Amino acid sequence: MKDTEGYVTADGRQIGGTLMEMRNITLRFGGVVAIQDISFDIHEGEVRAIIGPNGAGKSSMLNVISGFYTPSEGEVWYKGSKRPPMKPYEVARQGVARTFQNIALFEGMSVLDNVMTGRLTHMNAGVGSQALWWGKARDEEMENREKVERVIDFLEIQNIRKTPVGRLPYGLKKRVELARALAAEPSLLLLDEPMAGMNVEEKEDMSRFILDVNDEFGTTICLIEHDMGVVMDLSDRVVVMDYGKKIGDGTPDEVRNNQDVIDAYLGVPH
Amino acid sequence: MAHMTMGADGLRSVPALLARNASQFGSSSAYREKEYGIWQSWTWAETAKEVEALALGLLNLGVNEGDFIAIIGRNRPYLYWSMVAAESVGAIPVPLYQDAVAEEMEYVLDHCGARFAIVSDQEQVDKVIEVQDRLHQFEHMIYLDPRGLRKYDHTRLHQFSHVQDQGRAAYDEFIKELQARTAKLDYDSTCVMLYTSGTTGKPKGVVLSNRNIIETAKASSEFDSLKVDDEVLAYLPMAWVGDFIFSIGQAYWSGFCVNCPESPETMMTDLREIAPSYYFAPPRVFETQLTQIMIRMEDSGTFKKKTFDYFMAHARKVGPAILDGHNVNAFDRLKYKLGEMMVYGPLKNALGFSNVRVGYTAGEAIGPEIFDFYRSLGINLKQLYGQTEASVFITQQPDGEVRSDTVGVPSPGVEIRIAENGEVFYRSPGVFVEYYKNADSTADTKDAEGWVATGDAGFIEESTGHLRIIDRAKDVGAMADGAMFAPKYVENKLKFYPNILEAVVFGAERDRCCAFINIDLAAVGNWAERNNIAYASYQELAGHQQVLDAIQAHIEEVNASIAQDEMLSGCQVHRFLVLHKELDADDGELTRTRKVRRKIIGEKFEDLVNALYDGSTSVYTETEVTYEDGRKGKIKATLEIRDAKVSPASSQRIAAE
Repeated sequence: MKDTEGYVTADGRQIGGTLMEMRNITLRFGGVVAIQDISFDIHEGEVRAIIGPNGAGKSSMLNVISGFYTPSEGEVWYKGSKRPPMKPYEVARQGVARTFQNIALFEGMSVLDNVMTGRLTHMNAGVGSQALWWGKARDEEMENREKVERVIDFLEIQNIRKTPVGRLPYGLKKRVELARALAAEPSLLLLDEPMAGMNVEEKEDMSRFILDVNDEFGTTICLIEHDMGVVMDLSDRVVVMDYGKKIGDGTPDEVRNNQDVIDAYLGVPH
Repeated sequence: MAHMTMGADGLRSVPALLARNASQFGSSSAYREKEYGIWQSWTWAETAKEVEALALGLLNLGVNEGDFIAIIGRNRPYLYWSMVAAESVGAIPVPLYQDAVAEEMEYVLDHCGARFAIVSDQEQVDKVIEVQDRLHQFEHMIYLDPRGLRKYDHTRLHQFSHVQDQGRAAYDEFIKELQARTAKLDYDSTCVMLYTSGTTGKPKGVVLSNRNIIETAKASSEFDSLKVDDEVLAYLPMAWVGDFIFSIGQAYWSGFCVNCPESPETMMTDLREIAPSYYFAPPRVFETQLTQIMIRMEDSGTFKKKTFDYFMAHARKVGPAILDGHNVNAFDRLKYKLGEMMVYGPLKNALGFSNVRVGYTAGEAIGPEIFDFYRSLGINLKQLYGQTEASVFITQQPDGEVRSDTVGVPSPGVEIRIAENGEVFYRSPGVFVEYYKNADSTADTKDAEGWVATGDAGFIEESTGHLRIIDRAKDVGAMADGAMFAPKYVENKLKFYPNILEAVVFGAERDRCCAFINIDLAAVGNWAERNNIAYASYQELAGHQQVLDAIQAHIEEVNASIAQDEMLSGCQVHRFLVLHKELDADDGELTRTRKVRRKIIGEKFEDLVNALYDGSTSVYTETEVTYEDGRKGKIKATLEIRDAKVSPASSQRIAAE
């Protein structure tokens, strides 16, 4: 049975109980089996990585978690109850936020406005009030702007607050995407290849921010990443996938010494 | 002006000034800082409360009279309060440069024996912890921003707001003690200790008393009639004497508001939002801004560019005259007004200079073109000459007598004397008390009558009484043939070109002068972009043939201009190379105030200097560099050495005569 008690990491952090559990997930597209009978859990407060070679089904798995795909078989358990099939925006309302592998920001809008969209799930003033920017809409915007400013301060992007996103370099766009996800104050943050295409300095910055987010806000993070150095340094536990199957699960050290994982990455002679 | 309360025994310390401001200007703003996108502000009354809470908190931590408290971080209201709170409890604040690496900090912390430190964030906490093992006296550290520090051992580490809370909680216990200690402060007690940036050798701790700071602040505030409703932007290093005088001395004397930017990167935006009325910047800042304006104008459309050029030409013609209140005919005035509407006004607004009433530049010579550019826009930019040992002010330019080649007349209360060898001496109420734990240096610099050697060579213009500075006295040397060698003079002329960021001229005891050049990446990079020149790195751009051609042309122009000067015609640059890396304070090549450390550069790049003199046309070199995180790396490069055309010396002049 799964331990729901939590555990203590190598560097002495206390990790909470199970936040999300994937039970025997299978995902098919017609005859193609993208994910085959995979189970794993994500504990509260941990950094959980999903790794694997290209085409292993990592992004599909992330899309199952975020509600973009409904699994063909299996169950998703979130905060102690089984999650019925849901639309992505409903999942988002439950406190799951994500960033995308290919940046999905509003290029023509300023950084501030982009990050504000992350607060959308927390706004519920009516159309009339919004249009007149009066009463509830105004109070709400001020309250949300304050939250957004804290995120901007946290990620050190004050100097580009008013800059249209289209004018920013790649590394900063990635950071803005993270800001938008953080603005939603998620309990689970999904990061789809947060370091893809970055230079060493940008990677170092991003790693620091991911750890800071986890540390300061206690946000649970699930990330997909190709850069093994980054994964092994950042994450508490790692799931390894290959051809839609789970071939390893454990701490970075356990995974590193797992023969199946080594074979999957380096190939085996036939 | 609200200085009538200057009683016989009142206002003899900065905390006393704070008390006066809290009662007299209680509801006007003392500090503002942009945080979370909004300008947060504190009135003088609130400031007094915050400082009191912190001072009580310091007593609670066991700060004794005479203790040194290091203050490290960028300009923030909390750190300014820390300085005043430190003085209130009879301790001595020692602001340090926040970009200093750990070893530099270790020297200063060890030298002053600081028992306490108040720092801004995790970065500074880490640096102080790193050197702590070797410091025996160190006890407690207080930090502002808790980010990333949650898991640190908090036995000797305290969050700023908690210290204040504890201070408030222990109000009854310590308030008597605090009042007694503050009351004891007089004109001769130490107000602050500032470390000189150390162009040569180790930094020295300059002890400045309340008398130094308050007398200087009073005289200079009156000189420019600073008032309670003035606004300044505090963005220069807190460890620098200028910032202390502007943001504490004058601010507390006049009661004006000190605004702190959100982060160094947002400085320009914040400047625009605040639009200060009193502004100070080293020449480098003005140069960078001008370079940026010019780059952006090059990129703008034809109509805009033409309009800009047309009105700027007019501004150059009549702008300074209008600013100085000279007679200018009505037509030119009208045209200038039109220009104000079309170009100057919007430009000043974009730069954040719309409200500047008084602006100062100092620290280095400023290029005449740069200086005139700002003055022609109607910005009252003036020069002053000063140093830490004088509590800044030695000379400054009065309104209406502003020129780019002088540094002005002696400031109120300052006497000036020129020694036989040309070195400038001064005496004033602002003259420092001593160098801390360094009686020898104190005696070398300050004589029994209170005259202080500036280390600069200069002369007083007879017609106007203005002081002109030639060079650092110890840099002024002789070449092999005995001709005068003034490297700074040549370097400044070179640096006036936007393409050249830094220049280092060698030639003492040699038969001719040679130079290292650092290109300005912003200016040269933009030029490369416009001319479709591809480059991957600073190093590649610096070695590009066309860049070298451009630099060579600049040097030859400078040579021609130096040749006009009989005394210095020997200082023409014969050979030069463009350095493969930017000179950097982290590598010890510049001081923290970004002044060139000639000797260190000469030693470090000895191979390059030799190559300049042995006639070779290229040289291979490897240079160690320090990255921001303290790691070291190596840059390898082959540099081309070029000969520059030298203009015939004063013979031209003789022929003309």
